[in-house]
Amino acid sequence: MIPELGHYALVLALALGLMQAVAPMIGAYTRDAALMRLANSTALMQFFFVAFSFAALTVSYVTSDFSVANVFENSHSMMPLIYKMSSVWGNHEGSMLLWVLILSLFGAMVAAFGANLPATLKAHVLAVQSWIACAFYLFILLTSNPFLRMAEAPLEGRDLNPILQDPGLAIHPPLLYIGYVGFSIAFSFAIAALIDGRIDAAWARWVRPWTLAAWIFLTLGIAMGSYWAYYTLGWGGFWFWDPVENASLMPWLAGTALLHSAVVMEKRNALKVWTILLAILTFSLSLIGTFLVRSGVLTSVHSFASDPTRGVFILIILVFFIGGSLSLFAWRAPLLKQGGLFAPISRESALVFNNLFLTTACLTVFVGTLYPLALEAFTGAKISVGAPFFNLTFGPLFVALMFVMPFGPLLAWKRGDALGVAQRLMAAFGVGLAAIAATFAVQGGQAILAPFGVGLAFFVMAGSLVDLAERTALFRGPLATSRMRAAGLPRSVWGTAVAHFGLAVTLLGIIGAASWGTERILSLKPTQTVSLSGYELTFDGLVQQSGPNYQAQVAKFTVRSGGVPVAVMEPAKRNFSSRSMTTNEAALLTRGAGQLYLSLGDAEPDGSLAIRLYYKPLVMLIWLGAVVMMLGGGLSLSDRRLRVGAPKPAKKPATKPTLQPAE
Amino acid sequence: MRRLATLALLVTLLAPTAALAVQPDEILKDPALESRARDLSHGLRCLVCQNQSIDDSEAPLARDLRLLVRERLTKGDSDSQVLDYLVARYGEFVLLKPRLEPHTLLLWGLPPTALLIGIFAVVVMARRRDKAAAAPSALSPTEQQRLAALVEPGRD
Repeated sequence: MIPELGHYALVLALALGLMQAVAPMIGAYTRDAALMRLANSTALMQFFFVAFSFAALTVSYVTSDFSVANVFENSHSMMPLIYKMSSVWGNHEGSMLLWVLILSLFGAMVAAFGANLPATLKAHVLAVQSWIACAFYLFILLTSNPFLRMAEAPLEGRDLNPILQDPGLAIHPPLLYIGYVGFSIAFSFAIAALIDGRIDAAWARWVRPWTLAAWIFLTLGIAMGSYWAYYTLGWGGFWFWDPVENASLMPWLAGTALLHSAVVMEKRNALKVWTILLAILTFSLSLIGTFLVRSGVLTSVHSFASDPTRGVFILIILVFFIGGSLSLFAWRAPLLKQGGLFAPISRESALVFNNLFLTTACLTVFVGTLYPLALEAFTGAKISVGAPFFNLTFGPLFVALMFVMPFGPLLAWKRGDALGVAQRLMAAFGVGLAAIAATFAVQGGQAILAPFGVGLAFFVMAGSLVDLAERTALFRGPLATSRMRAAGLPRSVWGTAVAHFGLAVTLLGIIGAASWGTERILSLKPTQTVSLSGYELTFDGLVQQSGPNYQAQVAKFTVRSGGVPVAVMEPAKRNFSSRSMTTNEAALLTRGAGQLYLSLGDAEPDGSLAIRLYYKPLVMLIWLGAVVMMLGGGLSLSDRRLRVGAPKPAKKPATKPTLQPAE
Repeated sequence: MRRLATLALLVTLLAPTAALAVQPDEILKDPALESRARDLSHGLRCLVCQNQSIDDSEAPLARDLRLLVRERLTKGDSDSQVLDYLVARYGEFVLLKPRLEPHTLLLWGLPPTALLIGIFAVVVMARRRDKAAAAPSALSPTEQQRLAALVEPGRD
């Protein structure tokens, strides 16, 4: 009964969605306030029904109702509760249900918190949001129904893929989807602005918090996924330039560009058309990512052609939304008036530079990901595009971007003074150069590029501190004044500095892990010792353990540093009889920002065990940097001007910041 | 999660028992040769995997390729000879970094071209905007008449 209710709730959500897709637009056209207000209730009710539907599927999983085909294929009665719950989205159908759950949540939030939006804008936004929702409700109901029953209920499920039986599955997909789907709000606002034919700084102020929130979650989601892959896949890589990863990186790059261009639009009323285009592109890339992952086109062009129902359906959704929105853009964008002039050297120009490089980086990822597919489809030639290609093309773009990054926040709006900024960045240059020299001194000529990367990272970190020091007049007057100024700084200024700092921290981690990592691959017998980068590991022996739904072979290693035992590492292999699969559980030991990483190979008949041991210096900084970036985003989001919402144009002078221009 | 899902699928298909990528018995005695072998392996695709290099892959075929690379290196092949040999045998698909050839021109050329076009567009637009701002359009004849009338009242 519960699955049927869930299915029916989804149909009801579709019915409400169809209403919301049409009625508010008619209302906006005929100036009918009641019709426009209808969208508020339908958006809230849509969320209610989708949430009900999602809860119904969750209940089916938790109660192990194997008469539901989806539960049978992805669950097992012996699985721990947390994995039963996260298996809901550990499969195609359930993950699409999570997708629409988040989409309808965002719609409901606009309805609930968008009280200060102009009525027609809000009506259009909610209508567009509902078009997207309807397309995906239909996709689920017609091609990917998670509530299908089986004629005879099996006694036991097939179990969730063991690699997915990990806390990572509970956290990573929801975060990533909140990010992906969150950009739909920016998209809906862009389309609404195009339909309205009107756009102003207040628009940017409404769009920015939504984009920022989506960006925060996407940043965390990508970082979380990267860490999960790092510890699960057993060879210690943190980014693989896999098409599926690229699918999440592209919206992140475009979304980051959007955040920055929206600032220009909000502050200076310039780059309007470009910001609208970016809003459309960012969500389009989220849709393309969904298509790439969900259609099976990645595995091979042929597998896509052999079972095309889902793929073609998503392709139609793609063509409709991307093609439609870009056509609308081409038609209506010329109506939008450009504002705000600025000189070639100015904060605006720095942000244009940022946008240029971020979008080119995004294009590089796009081309690298899709080129092999297109080439095979058109000519039949098969090529591979992997990490070496991306490192060579994406890398330099990001280096250029990061080098210019400290200049941006220090330049004045409209007309900046490049020389003056360079002077103020002298200290940061000094820190960067010192870092280069120090790194060379420590490592010698081993990795030629690494010291320059370290220098760049330190330059950016010092640059964001200089920005804060300049704004608080630190070292230039009494400390009390600086403290007062610091308290008066808009939170978004802190956010910028913190987020930029975080990116540099991530860079540092990448350099450390990629350049100075060490590894040993060897066979060990019990009581034998291996040493690596100042650590000695003694193999104490193998133990059998049993988990809730697996048998594990656990190897025990005592780790010594300078002869003193510091920890015990226990890498394991888990055997899941339900799927006759073995997973490799690497053992990780965090020491400072570095990690020892130990994963197991096969045991030989003579009692020796193959192991792969890595030391990865600074590797934790990769993810720590992402968390810092996220905190920066959070600080920006808590900025007063976003918290109190966009003021009506007439009230604007009253909310002007008194001390500093924000950002 | 999705990359894991696809990977997981492959693991089920290809590797019934999880093993290491590079195995201890594969490693060459000569550290210089071994490090060349590792560098080459990073750029070679495991043909049956999704976007994994043979250095990372647990698939038996990846092991065969790793052994093949080492065999060629010990026979005295240069790095490019090894790559040529593998491309002749398995096709260009085996290279994770495609060679610059007519059919990959677009792949390598598009990003830098796009950047140049972007810079060009930004400069042109800035110029156009400056011109529009610096030189306001000339007054129309009627406006000139009205201006004249304002400056010298009573002239007409």
